[in-house]
Amino acid sequence: MSSTAIEINSKRGTWGGGNEPLKASYGKLMMWFFLLSDIFTFAAFLITYGAIRVSYPAFGGHVKEFTSSNEYWPVPEMIFDAVPFLHGMHAPLVFVGIMTFILIMSSVTMVLAVEAGHRNDRNDVVKWLLWTMVGGITFLSCQAWEWSHFIHGTDQGTMMTFVNSFGETVKEVVYGANLHVNEYGPAPFAQLFFFITGFHGFHVTIGVVLLFLAFYQAAVGVYERRGHYEMVEKIGLYWHFVDLVWVFVFTFYYLV
Amino acid sequence: MSSHENKTTLEVLPRNKEKIRKIWKTALILLVITAVEFFLAFTMERGMLLFAIFVGLTLVKASYIMMEFMHLKDESKTLFWSIMLPLIFLIWLLIALSKEGTEIFMLRW
Repeated sequence: MSSTAIEINSKRGTWGGGNEPLKASYGKLMMWFFLLSDIFTFAAFLITYGAIRVSYPAFGGHVKEFTSSNEYWPVPEMIFDAVPFLHGMHAPLVFVGIMTFILIMSSVTMVLAVEAGHRNDRNDVVKWLLWTMVGGITFLSCQAWEWSHFIHGTDQGTMMTFVNSFGETVKEVVYGANLHVNEYGPAPFAQLFFFITGFHGFHVTIGVVLLFLAFYQAAVGVYERRGHYEMVEKIGLYWHFVDLVWVFVFTFYYLV
Repeated sequence: MSSHENKTTLEVLPRNKEKIRKIWKTALILLVITAVEFFLAFTMERGMLLFAIFVGLTLVKASYIMMEFMHLKDESKTLFWSIMLPLIFLIWLLIALSKEGTEIFMLRW
């Protein structure tokens, strides 16, 4: 917010300067427009997922009889069915459901921190930011486990015919996933998994760093001296965006 | 400027009970919708109908997050539309790339 008062000259009009036509501070506006550009990035990722998925045949049989093959696109609920400490158990989408729950709850604590910021309540801001950070770190840990499981694969693997990195066509049992081949389906399935959830996880990581910054500054009283808690609001916008993206990733990568 | 002062005592306002209740209500709605999606994924036959339901529910969730959590509905109309209108381009991208995907499918198989 500008500290110099400028008298609004009516001849200048709304866009002539000296006022705030959008009734939002510079920082908040820029956060919104950055998020708009980020929406395009993630939308491009997910729409690409859709385009590549429809370019492969879908699994024809009943979901229950699904077996992995690189001939057709896998049914996600049959791939993402592992939960930590429950080795070998078929629990479709349970773990990703837990992750979704964690991220939505961290979004709630974030909006509570923003609400506390409006009231200049330092203790509440610090408390809710800490909870949000806990949520974010828990989510990231879950994702680390998910990636690790996805990369190492199942005990039995899948017999596949594919072109290996030397350009030879081979028929062998594939375990886990990399960018070249994976036991779940066609190569783009794992590639898109790594790119989409990886890019989202990268955003969450940055979010946690920003949350820590806000947490620290709120705790030592920087915002109190500044006279407002707008930084919490801006970081809040970013954090909700991360949750927003996950809502779409959850639907289009795991559910459909 | 207040930043030069070591201590300003900002007045701490009391908790806005109604606002906080609304936040929790929104959270409950989001969680219930997610639970419904989860339930439908295992009870309904896969197909166009289920896909449409999923897309619909996802958009409902997205609008709750953007309007309630990000307070976009409380911003000025100009800001609201300068965020919402550019998203029209995504519809074009969606149409173009789905067409592309189906064409590649026809070529390959």
